[in-house]
Amino acid sequence: MNDLRKTLEISTSPHIASGRSVEDIMRNVVWALLPATAFAIYAFGIGALLTLSVATLTCVATEHLLCRGGGRRSTVGDWSAVVTGLLYGLTLPPGLPLWMVVGGGVVALALGKYLFGGLGYNAFNPALVGRAFLQAAFPAAMTTWTPALAPERFQVLPSSTLTLPFMTPDYSLTAADGVTGATPLALMKFDQQPTGTYDLAFGFTGGSMGETCGVLILLGGIWLVARKMMNWRIPAAIFGTVIILSALFNGLDPARYPGPWFTLFSGGLMLGAVFMATDMVASPMTSLGVVIYGIVIGALIIVIRFWGGMPEGVMYAILLGNALSPHIDALTQPRVFGYKSGLKSERYHEDYRQ
Amino acid sequence: MAGHFVHRDPSFAHGVHPPMSKEQTRGLAIRQFPFAPVMNIPLAQHIGEAAVPVVREGQEVERGQLLAEPGGFVSVAMHAPASGLIQRIGLMPSIAGKMVTGIYLKPFPGSTQEVSSGTPCDLDSATADEIITAIQRAGIVGLGGAAFPTHVKLKVPAGHSVDTLILNGVECEPYLTTDYRVMLEQRHDIFTGIGYLLKATGARRAIIGIEANKQDAATALRAALPRGHHVSVELLEVKYPQGAEKLLIKALLNRDVPSGGLPADVQAVVVNVATAAEVGRLLPLGRGIQERVITIAGPAIKKPGNYRIPVGTPLRFALDYVGVEKDLSQVFLGGPMMGAALPSLDIPITKGTSGFVAFTERETGGRRRESPCIRCAYCVDACPLFLNPSQLGLLARNEQYETMVEKFHLMDCFECGACSYVCPSHIPLVQYFRAAKVMAKKRRGKP
Repeated sequence: MNDLRKTLEISTSPHIASGRSVEDIMRNVVWALLPATAFAIYAFGIGALLTLSVATLTCVATEHLLCRGGGRRSTVGDWSAVVTGLLYGLTLPPGLPLWMVVGGGVVALALGKYLFGGLGYNAFNPALVGRAFLQAAFPAAMTTWTPALAPERFQVLPSSTLTLPFMTPDYSLTAADGVTGATPLALMKFDQQPTGTYDLAFGFTGGSMGETCGVLILLGGIWLVARKMMNWRIPAAIFGTVIILSALFNGLDPARYPGPWFTLFSGGLMLGAVFMATDMVASPMTSLGVVIYGIVIGALIIVIRFWGGMPEGVMYAILLGNALSPHIDALTQPRVFGYKSGLKSERYHEDYRQ
Repeated sequence: MAGHFVHRDPSFAHGVHPPMSKEQTRGLAIRQFPFAPVMNIPLAQHIGEAAVPVVREGQEVERGQLLAEPGGFVSVAMHAPASGLIQRIGLMPSIAGKMVTGIYLKPFPGSTQEVSSGTPCDLDSATADEIITAIQRAGIVGLGGAAFPTHVKLKVPAGHSVDTLILNGVECEPYLTTDYRVMLEQRHDIFTGIGYLLKATGARRAIIGIEANKQDAATALRAALPRGHHVSVELLEVKYPQGAEKLLIKALLNRDVPSGGLPADVQAVVVNVATAAEVGRLLPLGRGIQERVITIAGPAIKKPGNYRIPVGTPLRFALDYVGVEKDLSQVFLGGPMMGAALPSLDIPITKGTSGFVAFTERETGGRRRESPCIRCAYCVDACPLFLNPSQLGLLARNEQYETMVEKFHLMDCFECGACSYVCPSHIPLVQYFRAAKVMAKKRRGKP
């Protein structure tokens, strides 16, 4: 009877939980990014290792300092800053001066995440906010590509990496022959020069550090989908839209518009569709909503790439998709069990995500 | 399509798959529980009006004797769980926390505890209304946990008709195995009960719905199907909350009970299998409920099992009998998904108690701090009613209770806990919704 005198603990039902936590999800995203990260280091050498480390550390440190500065508990333990930092780093061109890497990382966390209220409240993918800032501030540096698989890549850093703040980066060492490694997209857009199928899929091309090897990115994505930590409908809708639209225009004018295979595996599409557009916070929540969201992003990518001034448009397409997410959610709420019609969308809209 | 090659038992959409944890007790046959030194019998063990006592303090009663009359239509009778002495009629603690009126009964230690019988209700000669009255007089309520008076369910509202009687043998709550054991051990009581229930409702057929993790129960029932009635046994996908009335109807009949409506709106009535077994056991003898089958399980219980326990047995006595581990931390009535954690053990087991589960500090220690919603949509994909728990949680934190009710259908939530179960941010969504419902009702009550 003695055992029954003790104080009982009170909690509200349910008294059991799935055991899954935010940290688990974020950690798994990091694991899923590791193959692409490893390939980035293989393709771009110690410069990539340094840049990715600096990008990740900058984001983690910024979040930690902002939380502490604001008198709050530091939230770096949830691993989301690591995800942001690594993703942000992977979207950068190899050889980007480190002071720019740091600047963009601070913007990603401070502007893209902390100002919105931290994890869960960021309207946009923070990694892309950081990248968009750099794209606007340093358009030249952001589109100068150190070539992949340079022979000296494990011995020397790209000369531009250690450029002092506000100095003009020196690309002479990395492009000794005077030619920088243009991306397949730029080659296609400006020189109508295609890239080999195999090189494209396996990443033996120029480009941002983590975007080149589509196969390894897909591998990480499949792993996350299998663990139910990624909504497969988002990349599937983007891929589907891109394949259909590029096949259509490629059929109409093969000289001007690349086909589906090239479109899928060139530029940031794979990395963006699998790891950026699927950012849980900035994507819609309904099953129908994520499909619409994916279609919008896919269509925007095609529009920007085919008819825009820039060779690449994945980043802007996803940021625009992020902006539309709450609206897509509000318009695609499912029919509640026991009701004849869906929620009244207009009335619903004004209260959604206030 | 892959669907053609993989057999899937029918179910509802969405839902979750918590570990069922039924191994501890599923193989244990129902055993009789001893009588406590004093029984506490609340007069309202059911939803509705309290029963009215027909005995007085100091009176000696026989086991099975009527103690209280129904206090209205939505009320049932109460019978003595043991032969003994009525010590006192007064206040006693209840699960809800407040004191309620009840009868304190002290069993005679030397009594043989024979059960007294009343007027039998003969299936062949009784009319539907007579069966319904007999069920009310037998004190039968939903034994699955809701404790709603069964006869009220059976009384089909004017203008409605019922074509299908569904027997709920799903038992989707982890740990609980009472319905399972009843289906294995009392199938003839169940079929007798189905005979009464079919006649009372006018339904043409009966379907017994069982989750696919209880194949042996389904096989046993199928082997004993009575002739003359249209009774079938259907296996359902193992998924929580399959046992919820509306979702069971959806899975078996593909009919949507309208919001705020009754199963009768879609020509169905749902009765728990254990309730049907009690109807079949008690009505032919004219007896009333004096005991029920419960599961006592969980890591903190030394002698877990399925017990036929007298109604009114104090929980403290029951736990002392089965023994608890030293690091006992939490006890809840019912299963871990919807059951209520008990602040004290000074409450009795009532007709609606399907079991209790006890956790040690190991199970309760790992609970984690709430963090912000990351819009992962796990809850959206879990909610069997297609509500938006994430959005509702956000509105609850902003105290926008009216919006929750009017635009996001808060009142349809039946608090199954699927959303909280999957939430990686550990947000106590169900608790927010419970509080919001109370607040919304309060605000609406104001002029």
